[in-house]
Amino acid sequence: MKKIFEVKGGDFDKAGETSTEVKTLLKDLGLDSGIVRRAGVVTFEAEMNVVMYADRAQVTFILTDKDIAIEVRDQGPGIPDIEMAMQEGFSTATDEMREMGFGFGMGLPNIKKNSDHFTLESEVGKGTRLYSVIRLDSDAAPDTRV
Amino acid sequence: MKLSDIRDLLHCATLSGEELLNLEVETAVASDGMSEVLARPHPGALMITGLTNVQSVRTAVVADIPAILYVRGKRPNDKTIELARDKKIILLATKEGMFDACGLLRDRGLKGGM
Repeated sequence: MKKIFEVKGGDFDKAGETSTEVKTLLKDLGLDSGIVRRAGVVTFEAEMNVVMYADRAQVTFILTDKDIAIEVRDQGPGIPDIEMAMQEGFSTATDEMREMGFGFGMGLPNIKKNSDHFTLESEVGKGTRLYSVIRLDSDAAPDTRV
Repeated sequence: MKLSDIRDLLHCATLSGEELLNLEVETAVASDGMSEVLARPHPGALMITGLTNVQSVRTAVVADIPAILYVRGKRPNDKTIELARDKKIILLATKEGMFDACGLLRDRGLKGGM
Protein backbone atom coordinates (compact mmCIF):
# COMPACT_ATOMS: atom_id res chain seq x y z
CA MET A 1 0.00 0.00 0.00
CA LYS A 2 1.33 3.42 -0.90
CA LYS A 3 -0.04 6.78 0.25
CA ILE A 4 1.21 10.28 -0.40
CA PHE A 5 0.33 13.32 1.72
CA GLU A 6 1.17 16.98 1.28
CA VAL A 7 2.14 19.00 4.37
CA LYS A 8 2.26 22.78 4.31
CA GLY A 9 4.85 24.75 6.26
CA GLY A 10 3.57 27.20 8.87
CA ASP A 11 0.13 25.62 9.10
CA PHE A 12 0.07 24.93 12.83
CA ASP A 13 -3.65 24.22 12.96
CA LYS A 14 -3.37 21.33 10.55
CA ALA A 15 -0.07 20.04 11.91
CA GLY A 16 -0.58 16.45 12.95
CA GLU A 17 -3.45 15.71 10.60
CA THR A 18 -1.36 13.40 8.44
CA SER A 19 -0.08 11.39 11.39
CA THR A 20 -3.58 11.07 12.85
CA GLU A 21 -4.86 9.83 9.49
CA VAL A 22 -1.99 7.40 9.06
CA LYS A 23 -2.42 6.07 12.55
CA THR A 24 -6.13 5.41 11.98
CA LEU A 25 -5.33 3.71 8.68
CA LEU A 26 -2.69 1.40 10.19
CA LYS A 27 -4.87 0.63 13.19
CA ASP A 28 -7.78 -0.29 10.94
CA LEU A 29 -5.49 -2.70 9.10
CA GLY A 30 -5.04 -4.52 12.40
CA LEU A 31 -1.31 -3.88 12.85
CA ASP A 32 0.24 -4.25 16.31
CA SER A 33 -0.60 -1.18 18.41
CA GLY A 34 3.02 -0.61 19.44
CA ILE A 35 4.16 -0.58 15.81
CA VAL A 36 1.30 1.76 14.92
CA ARG A 37 2.32 4.06 17.78
CA ARG A 38 5.93 4.14 16.59
CA ALA A 39 4.81 5.01 13.06
CA GLY A 40 2.57 7.71 14.55
CA VAL A 41 5.41 9.26 16.56
CA VAL A 42 7.77 9.26 13.55
CA THR A 43 5.18 10.90 11.32
CA PHE A 44 3.96 13.41 13.89
CA GLU A 45 7.45 14.63 14.79
CA ALA A 46 8.44 14.82 11.11
CA GLU A 47 5.25 16.69 10.31
CA MET A 48 5.88 19.19 13.12
CA ASN A 49 9.40 19.78 11.77
CA VAL A 50 7.94 20.56 8.34
CA VAL A 51 5.33 22.90 9.81
CA MET A 52 7.91 24.68 11.95
CA TYR A 53 10.79 24.98 9.49
CA ALA A 54 9.97 24.09 5.87
CA ASP A 55 7.83 25.57 3.10
CA ARG A 56 6.13 22.33 2.16
CA ALA A 57 6.74 18.61 2.09
CA GLN A 58 5.60 15.39 0.56
CA VAL A 59 5.12 12.52 2.97
CA THR A 60 5.15 9.06 1.38
CA PHE A 61 4.10 5.89 3.18
CA ILE A 62 4.79 2.45 1.85
CA LEU A 63 3.43 -0.50 3.78
CA THR A 64 4.59 -3.99 2.80
CA ASP A 65 4.20 -7.30 4.62
CA LYS A 66 7.64 -6.69 6.15
CA ASP A 67 7.79 -3.03 7.10
CA ILE A 68 6.48 0.53 7.04
CA ALA A 69 8.64 3.03 5.15
CA ILE A 70 8.05 6.74 5.77
CA GLU A 71 9.75 9.31 3.56
CA VAL A 72 9.44 13.04 4.21
CA ARG A 73 10.93 15.19 1.44
CA ASP A 74 10.67 18.90 2.13
CA GLN A 75 11.48 22.14 0.39
CA GLY A 76 12.94 24.45 2.95
CA PRO A 77 16.09 25.92 4.48
CA GLY A 78 17.79 22.56 5.05
CA ILE A 79 19.89 21.53 8.06
CA PRO A 80 23.46 22.88 8.08
CA ASP A 81 24.81 20.47 10.70
CA ILE A 82 22.95 17.15 10.83
CA GLU A 83 25.13 15.73 13.60
CA MET A 84 24.26 18.64 15.85
CA ALA A 85 20.58 18.54 14.89
CA MET A 86 20.44 14.90 15.98
CA GLN A 87 21.62 15.74 19.50
CA GLU A 88 18.89 15.57 22.08
CA GLY A 89 18.17 19.08 23.39
CA PHE A 90 19.67 20.94 20.43
CA SER A 91 17.09 23.22 18.87
CA THR A 92 16.81 26.30 16.72
CA ALA A 93 13.12 26.73 17.57
CA THR A 94 11.56 30.10 18.29
CA ASP A 95 9.46 30.87 21.38
CA GLU A 96 6.36 30.64 19.20
CA MET A 97 7.27 27.08 18.22
CA ARG A 98 7.89 26.13 21.84
CA GLU A 99 4.49 27.53 22.78
CA MET A 100 3.07 24.90 20.44
CA GLY A 101 4.61 22.22 22.64
CA PHE A 102 7.43 21.38 20.23
CA GLY A 103 10.93 22.63 19.42
CA PHE A 104 12.73 21.28 22.50
CA GLY A 105 15.31 19.36 20.49
CA MET A 106 13.55 16.03 20.91
CA GLY A 107 11.93 15.57 17.50
CA LEU A 108 14.71 14.07 15.41
CA PRO A 109 16.02 11.89 18.28
CA ASN A 110 12.44 10.66 18.83
CA ILE A 111 12.15 9.77 15.15
CA LYS A 112 15.47 7.90 15.18
CA LYS A 113 14.58 6.06 18.38
CA ASN A 114 11.34 4.78 16.89
CA SER A 115 12.93 3.72 13.59
CA ASP A 116 14.68 0.45 12.77
CA HIS A 117 16.43 2.23 9.93
CA PHE A 118 16.84 6.00 9.72
CA THR A 119 18.57 8.36 7.31
CA LEU A 120 18.58 12.13 7.11
CA GLU A 121 20.02 14.05 4.17
CA SER A 122 19.91 17.77 3.71
CA GLU A 123 21.05 20.50 1.40
CA VAL A 124 21.14 24.02 2.80
CA GLY A 125 18.79 26.32 0.91
CA LYS A 126 17.01 23.44 -0.81
CA GLY A 127 15.51 20.98 1.62
CA THR A 128 15.72 17.83 3.65
CA ARG A 129 14.91 14.17 3.07
CA LEU A 130 14.06 12.04 6.06
CA TYR A 131 13.64 8.30 5.65
CA SER A 132 12.45 5.96 8.37
CA VAL A 133 11.70 2.26 8.26
CA ILE A 134 9.85 0.36 10.98
CA ARG A 135 9.96 -3.41 10.68
CA LEU A 136 6.68 -5.11 11.44
CA ASP A 137 8.45 -7.87 13.38
CA SER A 138 10.53 -5.49 15.52
CA ASP A 139 10.02 -4.68 19.20
CA ALA A 140 6.69 -2.94 19.50
CA ALA A 141 7.77 -0.50 22.17
CA PRO A 142 11.56 -0.33 22.59
CA ASP A 143 11.53 2.82 24.66
CA THR A 144 8.63 2.28 27.01
CA ARG A 145 9.45 2.10 30.66
CA VAL A 146 7.24 2.50 33.72
CA MET B 1 -8.00 5.74 39.69
CA LYS B 2 -11.27 6.45 37.97
CA LEU B 3 -11.39 9.59 35.85
CA SER B 4 -14.66 10.55 37.53
CA ASP B 5 -12.77 10.52 40.87
CA ILE B 6 -10.05 12.71 39.36
CA ARG B 7 -12.74 15.09 38.13
CA ASP B 8 -14.23 15.34 41.63
CA LEU B 9 -10.88 15.62 43.41
CA LEU B 10 -9.60 18.46 41.24
CA HIS B 11 -13.01 20.09 40.65
CA CYS B 12 -12.64 19.66 36.92
CA ALA B 13 -14.85 20.75 34.13
CA THR B 14 -15.41 17.90 31.66
CA LEU B 15 -14.93 19.25 28.15
CA SER B 16 -15.10 15.98 26.24
CA GLY B 17 -15.89 12.32 26.95
CA GLU B 18 -18.41 12.74 29.79
CA GLU B 19 -19.69 9.25 28.99
CA LEU B 20 -16.19 7.73 29.31
CA LEU B 21 -15.37 8.88 32.85
CA ASN B 22 -15.64 5.35 34.24
CA LEU B 23 -12.27 4.65 32.67
CA GLU B 24 -9.45 3.91 35.13
CA VAL B 25 -5.91 5.23 34.77
CA GLU B 26 -2.91 3.93 36.71
CA THR B 27 -0.18 6.18 35.37
CA ALA B 28 0.22 9.83 34.40
CA VAL B 29 2.66 11.88 32.36
CA ALA B 30 3.01 15.60 33.04
CA SER B 31 4.60 18.02 30.57
CA ASP B 32 3.99 21.07 28.45
CA GLY B 33 6.38 19.67 25.85
CA MET B 34 4.65 17.23 23.55
CA SER B 35 7.91 15.71 22.30
CA GLU B 36 8.66 14.80 25.93
CA VAL B 37 5.42 12.83 26.03
CA LEU B 38 6.10 11.26 22.63
CA ALA B 39 9.65 10.31 23.64
CA ARG B 40 8.35 7.66 26.03
CA PRO B 41 4.78 6.90 25.17
CA HIS B 42 2.68 5.44 27.95
CA PRO B 43 -0.39 3.91 26.48
CA GLY B 44 -3.34 4.26 28.81
CA ALA B 45 -1.81 7.08 30.88
CA LEU B 46 -3.39 10.39 31.84
CA MET B 47 -1.57 13.37 30.29
CA ILE B 48 -1.36 16.42 32.54
CA THR B 49 -0.46 19.60 30.68
CA GLY B 50 -0.87 23.34 30.42
CA LEU B 51 -0.65 23.15 26.63
CA THR B 52 -4.16 23.58 25.27
CA ASN B 53 -3.66 23.72 21.50
CA VAL B 54 -4.79 21.12 19.00
CA GLN B 55 -1.41 19.38 19.18
CA SER B 56 -2.17 18.27 22.75
CA VAL B 57 -5.07 16.17 21.43
CA ARG B 58 -3.07 14.95 18.43
CA THR B 59 -0.27 13.89 20.79
CA ALA B 60 -2.79 11.94 22.86
CA VAL B 61 -4.08 10.21 19.71
CA VAL B 62 -0.59 9.28 18.52
CA ALA B 63 0.62 8.16 21.98
CA ASP B 64 -2.55 6.17 22.82
CA ILE B 65 -3.34 8.44 25.74
CA PRO B 66 -7.06 8.27 26.56
CA ALA B 67 -7.39 11.42 28.68
CA ILE B 68 -5.90 14.89 29.10
CA LEU B 69 -6.05 17.01 32.24
CA TYR B 70 -5.49 20.71 31.51
CA VAL B 71 -4.11 22.65 34.48
CA ARG B 72 -3.81 26.32 35.56
CA GLY B 73 -7.40 27.04 34.51
CA LYS B 74 -6.49 26.86 30.85
CA ARG B 75 -9.04 25.74 28.30
CA PRO B 76 -8.61 24.56 24.72
CA ASN B 77 -10.54 26.20 21.90
CA ASP B 78 -13.69 24.73 20.34
CA LYS B 79 -11.81 23.17 17.43
CA THR B 80 -9.55 21.27 19.81
CA ILE B 81 -12.52 20.07 21.88
CA GLU B 82 -14.28 18.98 18.70
CA LEU B 83 -11.26 16.91 17.62
CA ALA B 84 -11.11 15.31 21.08
CA ARG B 85 -14.78 14.34 20.86
CA ASP B 86 -14.22 12.90 17.41
CA LYS B 87 -11.23 10.87 18.56
CA LYS B 88 -12.85 9.91 21.89
CA ILE B 89 -10.19 11.62 23.98
CA ILE B 90 -11.43 12.67 27.42
CA LEU B 91 -10.69 16.29 28.32
CA LEU B 92 -10.74 17.58 31.90
CA ALA B 93 -9.81 21.10 33.01
CA THR B 94 -8.83 22.15 36.53
CA LYS B 95 -7.84 25.44 38.09
CA GLU B 96 -5.08 23.71 40.05
CA GLY B 97 -1.50 24.29 38.97
CA MET B 98 0.63 21.51 37.52
CA PHE B 99 2.54 20.87 40.78
CA ASP B 100 -0.53 20.68 42.99
CA ALA B 101 -2.53 18.61 40.51
CA CYS B 102 0.33 16.10 40.23
CA GLY B 103 0.82 16.04 44.02
CA LEU B 104 -2.84 15.40 44.74
CA LEU B 105 -3.03 12.61 42.17
CA ARG B 106 0.18 10.99 43.37
CA ASP B 107 -1.18 11.05 46.93
CA ARG B 108 -4.15 9.03 45.69
CA GLY B 109 -1.92 6.37 44.14
CA LEU B 110 -1.42 7.48 40.56
CA LYS B 111 2.08 6.57 39.37
CA GLY B 112 4.45 8.61 37.23
CA GLY B 113 4.92 7.49 33.69
CA MET B 114 8.04 9.36 32.61
